[in-house]
Amino acid sequence: MDLSRSQTRQTIITLGLLSGALILFTGAVGMIAAFHEREVVNDFITLGQLVLLITPLIFGYTAANRLGMAGEAPIVALGGGIIIGLLTALPTTIMLLFNSDEFRFLLDWSLRLAPFVAATAIAWRMHRQNAETLTVIGSWLLVAALLGIVTFSLALIFEVKGELRSVLVNINRDWVDVVTFDNRRELLTGILVFSLASVLAGFLGSLCCYVPRTPRRALFYGLSVTLLVGAFGETVRLVLQENLERDTLNQLFRRDTLRQNAALGLFVFSTVIGYLWAAFGDQARQGFQNLGGQQVQTTRMIGTVLFVALLLVLPWLIGRTLSDVAVTIGLFVLMGLGLNIAIGLAGLLDLGYVTNYAVGAYILAVMTSIGPLGLMKGVFSFWMVIPIALLAAMFAGFIFAVPVLRMRGDYLAIATLGFGEIIGKLAISDWLKPLIGGAQGVQAIPKPIFLATELKNPEQLYYIVLVACLITLFVSIRLNNSRTGRQWMAIREDEDVATAMGIDTARAKLLAFTLSAATGGVAGAIFAAKVGSVFPNSFTVFISINVLSLIIVGGIASNPGIVVGAVVLIGLPELLREFSDFRFLLYGALLIMMMINRPQGLIPTKIVTHEIRAGVKAKAAAGD
Amino acid sequence: MAGKPKRGQNKILVATGMTKRFSGLVAVDNLDFYIPEGSIASIIGPNGAGKTTFFNCITGFYQIDEGELIFDGNRIDGRSPDQITRSGIARTFQNIRLFNNMSAIENIMVGQEPHLKSTWLGSILGLPSTRREDDDTEERGRELLQFVGLEGKGDMISKNLSYGDQRRLEIGRALASKPKLILLDEPTAGMNPRETIETTDFIRRLRDELGITVVLIEHDMRVVMDISEHITVLDYGRKIAEGLPEEIQNNPDVIEAYLGRGAAASAGKSLAG
Repeated sequence: MDLSRSQTRQTIITLGLLSGALILFTGAVGMIAAFHEREVVNDFITLGQLVLLITPLIFGYTAANRLGMAGEAPIVALGGGIIIGLLTALPTTIMLLFNSDEFRFLLDWSLRLAPFVAATAIAWRMHRQNAETLTVIGSWLLVAALLGIVTFSLALIFEVKGELRSVLVNINRDWVDVVTFDNRRELLTGILVFSLASVLAGFLGSLCCYVPRTPRRALFYGLSVTLLVGAFGETVRLVLQENLERDTLNQLFRRDTLRQNAALGLFVFSTVIGYLWAAFGDQARQGFQNLGGQQVQTTRMIGTVLFVALLLVLPWLIGRTLSDVAVTIGLFVLMGLGLNIAIGLAGLLDLGYVTNYAVGAYILAVMTSIGPLGLMKGVFSFWMVIPIALLAAMFAGFIFAVPVLRMRGDYLAIATLGFGEIIGKLAISDWLKPLIGGAQGVQAIPKPIFLATELKNPEQLYYIVLVACLITLFVSIRLNNSRTGRQWMAIREDEDVATAMGIDTARAKLLAFTLSAATGGVAGAIFAAKVGSVFPNSFTVFISINVLSLIIVGGIASNPGIVVGAVVLIGLPELLREFSDFRFLLYGALLIMMMINRPQGLIPTKIVTHEIRAGVKAKAAAGD
Repeated sequence: MAGKPKRGQNKILVATGMTKRFSGLVAVDNLDFYIPEGSIASIIGPNGAGKTTFFNCITGFYQIDEGELIFDGNRIDGRSPDQITRSGIARTFQNIRLFNNMSAIENIMVGQEPHLKSTWLGSILGLPSTRREDDDTEERGRELLQFVGLEGKGDMISKNLSYGDQRRLEIGRALASKPKLILLDEPTAGMNPRETIETTDFIRRLRDELGITVVLIEHDMRVVMDISEHITVLDYGRKIAEGLPEEIQNNPDVIEAYLGRGAAASAGKSLAG
């Protein structure tokens, strides 16, 4: 009992302080203030405030969940939610006090007292563990002196700089405005409001654990849909603009944000839908599984046809800006599908994929450009060069694969990373300048012409990317279920044994690199035609990393996963351009969270699903 | 496949003066041996005697430093593992090495590699010949699964199979290449007595029903004496004895290698199990 109590306390304190640290950190790097600029629901809540409230909510839920699992009573779990709310507010509150003029003395005093308090705490602990008196006193002096130096220097810095915000740049008025819910003048009121909101959020979070499953899921769906639509109000409005009357639109949105009535309506609607889905979704899925093979296939067919039809009309639905984003996503899907052959199927960790992208882009640029660097001005059209770019990229993939055939795993990754760098340096080099323009790149690349129409809009280019993606998807599925695919998988699993099975591994690996390179070349060529010019700095190692990350986030070797991964990692940042300062911070956090909580990816392959199903079966068998 | 195996007439595998060194350490030392065609032969010897190295030399995992290896009338030393597999030698591994994240049937389909002809282009285009070959491969795979006693488990991911099933699947995968000679590295390791007996019977079926020459490395002397028709004993990479099970059981050199000098006379029987 005692042990479980201390564990309970530890869970609550750890999660609460984590939540508080998260809020303070996001504020200190300026995210909260930046997110405050974007309203989620008009005159009601902003994205910044949402972060402040969602964080204790999630941590409160997590804590209550854990405590409930550990067999604690609901009252303890709910109390835990409240404490987590308080602890969430604590670090930010302290920072607010330190930052204000009236309570500035608190900072000074805590800087003065901190060494003594910390030293006394440590000494007390040593005393409790029966250390010798002399040692305790010595330790007290040592700790106090060392910490004293640190705090003294800090105090000096603040003294010289005058204010906290000159050191922590983002602890500024904007930030104070957000966290006090616009009570900057009445700081104590602000802190009270903030703490109360935080406590309420933590409490609601823990309360969620005791709501029955179906309404809980319904609420979750409703809330997520409303908040997502609100957060991406600008995007949603752009989509709706194509399809709705201006007046209707203005009733739903005020400029780019959702109106309160619209938000409420959306919330109710999506909660009801969510409720139906939560209540009857399992039944529907069960029914689908009980269908005969023929019916399942028919349903699948209809689903696929509908999906492709949706893809075909997509540019008309989403308008120009989003079509442009869709083209970018499509290019990365194309590369993802290609790189997946090397990484997902054959297990060859290729970090130099940008090579193929660059080769495709430069081939198209040089062969079709009507500028001074164009080799055959006007002779070759886009359509004639695409196959050439594809073959050139395959050739590049082949050439680069030859020297690394004997390498495995990490060594292969580093070697291919080197190739990617070489290509970047070659593109910018003086040596190739007469051919590809060095840092100035190649300009004046004409747009593709299809049936006497110049395809210059993203809506039109979208179709080229779509066709390329569909062809690649088809090829990839065919290869996956073929002798070649099985050879690759065998090499991925155990290269020595693959050889012992009679597989010519060198040949199979060359093929994997070569085919994998092909789509990179096509993507590069389309990119060049889309932008109209090609510069060396478009081809950095970040392209390779992005493609690799989207494969891993989506689910390795999973084709739908690659599409989802591209939407999440490429599409979202495009839509959240205004927060581009935090792009890599969030990107990194997302990758770490994914690897810890869902290493198999967002949409894992059938292997992993198989495994889960086999696990369930084994459990059932053990239960019998 | 062959009906009555012709025992002991031809030598399917002959090695003369085979030597393998690892920077000074002589793992296989000037070894002369043969395996009679259609027999079940065993390689035994104390730990570290060079048995697995011996397998690795035959299958091309290691290149031998001296001597020559003749399989079915052709020299195979110097060939790569995939070429040797194609010429008709298959193997299993001491620590099971399946393609863990592939299904059982896929493992066996990979095993059929030496007989497959389809190309990647054919697969992309969906040529009729490729489709037919894929179907045939799968069908033969299912037959083999049945032969090794894994019917109905073809779609399971191989790492989820039980230990015994994994051993059987590995043998099935080796059989998929239609070998003339199969090398089994400790096929009964980690099995209980009942499973061991089942495996022993199964190994006999390989020879009797499929006409495959079997060579096994084995520590369980009951198994060895029970099914072997020819035994080669290795110690420190050298051959110390060769012959029929009865001859080996009473060979003083063998007893000494296993039990040490002096113990030979008193403990001779224990080898026979």
